Amino acid sequence: MEPLMAVSIGVLFACAIYMMLRRSIVKLVIGLMLLSNAANLLIFSTAGMVRGKPPLVPEGLASPAGSVADPLPQALVLTAIVIAFGVLSFSVVLLRRAWEVVRADDLDKMKDTDT
Amino acid sequence: MMQIAVLSGFVLAAFAPLLYRWLGQRTAAIMALYPLAIVVWLLAQWPTVVGGGDPVWLEMAWVPGMDITLTFFIDGLGLLFGLLIAGIGALVLVYAGEYLRGHPDLPRFLVIITAFMMSMLGLVLADNLVTLFVFWELTSITSYLLIGFNHTDLSARKAALQGLFVTVAGGLALLAGLVMLGVAGESWSLAELATRGERLRGHDLYTPMLICLLLGAFTKSAQFPFHFWLPNAMAAPTPVSAYLHSATMVKAGIYLMARLQPSLGGTELWVVTLSLVGGVTMFTGAFLAIRHTNVKKLLAYSTVMALGTLTMLLGIGTEGALIAFVTFLLAHSLYKGALFMVAGILDHETGTKDVTAMGGLRALMPLTSGVALVAALSLAGVPPLLGFIGKELMLDSVLGASHFMALLLLLAFMAAILTIAVAAVVALRPFFGEQRQTPRAAHEPPLAMLLGPAVLAVASLLLGLVPGGLDRLVGVTVAGIGAARAGDVHLALWHGINLPLLISLVALVLGWVTYRRWDRVRARLAYLDPLMARGPEAGYDAVMTAIVRVAEWQTRALQNGYLRNYLAMTLLVLVGLVGHAFFFRHAPQFAFSVDVYLHEAVVAGLMIAGAVTACLMKSRLAAVAAVGVMGFSIALTFVLFSAPDLAITQLLVETLTVILLVLVLFRLPRFANLSAPTERLRDLVVASAFGIMVTLLMLAVLGGERLPRISDYMVENSQPLGHGHNIVNVILVDFRALDTLGEIFVLALAAIGVYAMLRFHAAAPGGRQPTPRREEDDG
Repeated sequence: MEPLMAVSIGVLFACAIYMMLRRSIVKLVIGLMLLSNAANLLIFSTAGMVRGKPPLVPEGLASPAGSVADPLPQALVLTAIVIAFGVLSFSVVLLRRAWEVVRADDLDKMKDTDT
Repeated sequence: MMQIAVLSGFVLAAFAPLLYRWLGQRTAAIMALYPLAIVVWLLAQWPTVVGGGDPVWLEMAWVPGMDITLTFFIDGLGLLFGLLIAGIGALVLVYAGEYLRGHPDLPRFLVIITAFMMSMLGLVLADNLVTLFVFWELTSITSYLLIGFNHTDLSARKAALQGLFVTVAGGLALLAGLVMLGVAGESWSLAELATRGERLRGHDLYTPMLICLLLGAFTKSAQFPFHFWLPNAMAAPTPVSAYLHSATMVKAGIYLMARLQPSLGGTELWVVTLSLVGGVTMFTGAFLAIRHTNVKKLLAYSTVMALGTLTMLLGIGTEGALIAFVTFLLAHSLYKGALFMVAGILDHETGTKDVTAMGGLRALMPLTSGVALVAALSLAGVPPLLGFIGKELMLDSVLGASHFMALLLLLAFMAAILTIAVAAVVALRPFFGEQRQTPRAAHEPPLAMLLGPAVLAVASLLLGLVPGGLDRLVGVTVAGIGAARAGDVHLALWHGINLPLLISLVALVLGWVTYRRWDRVRARLAYLDPLMARGPEAGYDAVMTAIVRVAEWQTRALQNGYLRNYLAMTLLVLVGLVGHAFFFRHAPQFAFSVDVYLHEAVVAGLMIAGAVTACLMKSRLAAVAAVGVMGFSIALTFVLFSAPDLAITQLLVETLTVILLVLVLFRLPRFANLSAPTERLRDLVVASAFGIMVTLLMLAVLGGERLPRISDYMVENSQPLGHGHNIVNVILVDFRALDTLGEIFVLALAAIGVYAMLRFHAAAPGGRQPTPRREEDDG
């Protein structure tokens, strides 16, 4: 499964970068969303993908009976998903404000500090 | 002891403004007591250093782990330089206190010049190469500050920057040279390196090392073709010119070469380079001097001449040449210091620096004219002054030069003629002839300003009359820089009628003729002005312009304000570096296990399809929906591969994102196609390159060796220590709780930011209420 994921993640990254290189500010937002998802998936799958063994300790035991999926990358990705949402909402609102003030949807027109 | 003296000198410098507040105009004179005390202390070392011939060692650790010491040693050369620096320094301080009387920036001046004095002392006494370099750079920086002292003057600032660039560029080369020297000689101590000449001269690094070290010395000591910064440095107040740019700082390069003579000297490369560069500098200095009527420029170029002579003598390197070197060095410091101070007096009292505007001042300033005459006679090399002895010795050693004897003799002869003319111009033109009206009514300067030049002129005269007093000092110094004997040096005024004396006499006559026809000579030389405009200084200007152009170009190219260019550049650099490491430094093992169930492949396919569709859609809604498809596919992946918590979070966040986008995104403008097809193709290439890199990287990671998992501890202890059955949750709230706190903090910040931007409108400058929505942009 991992090689397939590697290819998928590569495509996701390429799409994200392509969208972030656009001049339209809305496309930038889409690119940002793709990028954070791609990064999360990268961390998750590099740790190795295990089917059907969630990192849970069964009731009454001190530790899982057999091997389980690595819980640490999951914890990291969980944090990252939430933070990515924070970043996304901040940048979306920021772009909206910028649009309100400058009335330009072209990033090239936002390159000078004085409007 | 000496270390403390030097370091407390820096402290004294820092307190100069405070002292000035208490003591007023007398501050400079009182501060002069400090270098005077150093002179006394150095003289107390005379019996050991000069009498016994043993250097005084003052050891002190600085950075022991890196073999850097603050060890000072005082041998003949160090003592000679130390006495000149502290002695002339004391006189210059007294002089400057009067010269800059009432100047609002006098405290600043005192700070910098005292700091300079201490740096220079540290430089000539340091034993460690790193320490030497630190003090070397300190002198460059203080010199910069002093040349630009009059900082409201554009030309002064320009000259200061020029001096700084030239000397600091040389300093950089010097640093490389010193490191090579330390590595090749396996020691960072100058005194030890002096005993390892054989090994150094035979070392593979000898040539690059010598070139770097000489670049440092040549730039500092204004050797051709780096000589141009020195005359421009005359923008500094005259006490600075007298001190830094004639007597001390510019001799740092000379000092370094003399110091390295036993370690590196004597080879073909050394002899040829130093004698040729020195000889050419000597002639260039004298030749350029004669073209000027500004008294400070005249003297500055004659300093270039003297520095060239000193370099040439080190290059010739015979015993006689080294004796001549030491004598000439001492003589030059004395007369040039005196003459510069006289030039300052003239400027101060008459209001002009142009010698052609002065005349007949002898009647108004008899003392000054006497001092000027004595010092100028020493410059011209007329008996019975010290300058005469120096010049005779110099001519004698040129006659004994092993390489290019005829050329060097010709250069020395012409330089002597021109120098005599310069001396006459400086000492006769302002003081004799018919009296002229000067911008200020001239009269004798205050005693404090006369003291310095008078002391130096008298010293030139006395040492010329009784040169025997210098025998031991010169002998010890020469012994320290490569010649064998210490004891039997005998300086004398009269060596009988010999070839050097005859050359001197001819030069004297021709020099006098040149002086008499100076105005006509200058007019003739004016034809050469277009040629001069293409000299080394034009090269410097061209380099500076080129640097600015390159800076502008690369700012336009790299810092152009386009977000996507920054992004593309960063990514391409990343791809390049990673790709290089990937294919040339490692041989990655790729893993290709095909272990996929159909439903998993379908989920991955949906994910890819969602992402690609999001890029292709023309409408915002479709793009957002496509991103949503991708997000939910990712959530499914999490479900399939043992990550229930991630799946839940991903679903929640996807939902929230959709709500947010519905709220905000649709108040944003529609998608617009703003870029040309070629631009899109270019971006596609960048994006694909990055995507391929990530894929390959991940395949390599999967195929590589696995390190032991650090999460085994967490798996085993989740229940016993964290009392939780969901290990991911225990990690988040227990094992890595601080990370989660940070995450909460980031979210809170983002929330505050979002709230602030939605709630408040930016006030326009001038306090107007919410910014009116602009219908068009003016960017």
